[in-house]
Amino acid sequence: MILPSAVNGCLAVYRRELLILRRRFKRQVAGQAVSPLLYLLTFGYAMGGGLRFDGISYLQFLLPGLVAMSSMTQSFAIATDINVARFYWHIFDEFQAAPVSNGSYVAGEVLAGMTRALISAVIILGLGLLFGVRLHYGPLFWLAILLNSFLFASLAVALAMLVKNHADQSLLTSFVITPMAFLGGTFFPLDRLPGWVQVPLHLLPLSHASTAVRSAALGRSVEYFSFVLLAVTGAVLFWLALHCVNRARD
Amino acid sequence: MGTVIELEQVCKRYGRITALAGIDLAVAQGELFAYLGPNGAGKSTTIRILTGLTRMSSGRVRLNGFDIEREPMAARRQFGVVHQHLNLDQELSVFENMDLHGQLFGMERRSRRQRIEELLASFGLADRARTLVRQLSGGLRRRVTIARALLHQPEILFLDEPTTGLDAAIRRRIRAMIREVQARGTTIFLTTHQIEEAEFLAGRVAFLDQGRIVALDSPAGLMRQVGSWAIDQLREGRLVTSYFASRQEAAAFRSEDGFTLRRVNLEDAFLALTGRKVHPEEGR
Repeated sequence: MILPSAVNGCLAVYRRELLILRRRFKRQVAGQAVSPLLYLLTFGYAMGGGLRFDGISYLQFLLPGLVAMSSMTQSFAIATDINVARFYWHIFDEFQAAPVSNGSYVAGEVLAGMTRALISAVIILGLGLLFGVRLHYGPLFWLAILLNSFLFASLAVALAMLVKNHADQSLLTSFVITPMAFLGGTFFPLDRLPGWVQVPLHLLPLSHASTAVRSAALGRSVEYFSFVLLAVTGAVLFWLALHCVNRARD
Repeated sequence: MGTVIELEQVCKRYGRITALAGIDLAVAQGELFAYLGPNGAGKSTTIRILTGLTRMSSGRVRLNGFDIEREPMAARRQFGVVHQHLNLDQELSVFENMDLHGQLFGMERRSRRQRIEELLASFGLADRARTLVRQLSGGLRRRVTIARALLHQPEILFLDEPTTGLDAAIRRRIRAMIREVQARGTTIFLTTHQIEEAEFLAGRVAFLDQGRIVALDSPAGLMRQVGSWAIDQLREGRLVTSYFASRQEAAAFRSEDGFTLRRVNLEDAFLALTGRKVHPEEGR
């Protein structure tokens, strides 16, 4: 079957990432399970065992937050793979010299990031079952994960094109992703903080993703504004990624 | 024979540094054209512009009639490229690397798999199809990159320093492969700083120096501009070469110091015509 070249290019880029993912699958799954497992053990089980928020246990509160956080970190992690492929293996040159549009390239990489995020969500839900946490995993729950991972995978592609070396990439993760992971509503409800702190934290995309994933998982009414905000921000970052790939030709 | 690679006044500037200063060039269909120059002369910049990896500051490039800026997708379908760096996915097998390349070029699954089998057989890689690239030697990886570049049956093959870092036996094998590819009608644009490679392979050679083409002719034509015979002498610890139009002229050369009489080669022509290392007062 002959596909339109834009779709074909996107699928080729995506397939490359899937082939690599398949080769690393066991390592990848083990790596993705370690941090959530530790968070569930330490924060959820040991420290927060007796805690309750809004009529739910801390584990029930924490698990959707971990899903949101992990979908962010895993989709953003494609930036590292893009950098390795670009600076060390020079694979980016292969894409740039092929009849593949920059839009197809970005779409393929973003899809790869979203796939990683979905795998990480499934792993955390599996861990949750081990800890006896059963929540609602309906369409809105998965939609929130997809939008969150779309946003952060797009950001990852954009930043991977801007950095000049691998060390800069690690620095970006330390300054952008790690603070967001701890301040984006994963581990505690933002309304427990003073009002002046809440305002900037509500601007973080992860805060909206945590709220959306958590509301959907707990079967509560969701704030559709969070979904819209994630979608719009994701679209802007996708456009930014496209722009950055265009500029990557020196 | 039509022209398949055309460069008109191609310039590339990085801030105040001029990497290419107005390159004009036309390469005919089926030709094996060598682009020769020292490191930093602008060879890789030219290849990067021709393959769409770098934007030129000004000028125009057409590949098989397609303008690389205005019709980038059509232009990219015209060529295959072997980059100086081995840009293979280390974690994927030889087959997977080639298959992905075919997919990037929109080849239909069955035809690309058939073509991969043909190419792996002709490049002596049939038994390596399932081997991970990271397990291959440098020479085998280079063969894979050449086979991969030919997968979509391009009209033009760009080879950027294809034998750099390889040992002598593998270099010879790769050069034989390049000859075979040209014999099948593919136009080859080769950049190299290995002079004997250009002399052995190319129909025409351009000498590039500091971003300009300083000479362009057949290897024999370039050598004739210098002479036919050369005498090398060590004078005060420096190698001095004198050039002569004929063997009789060279035979008349008299010196109390020892010397070596030999045929002029392309390296002599390069040194003389670029003026970078040759000492005119010591020449003929």
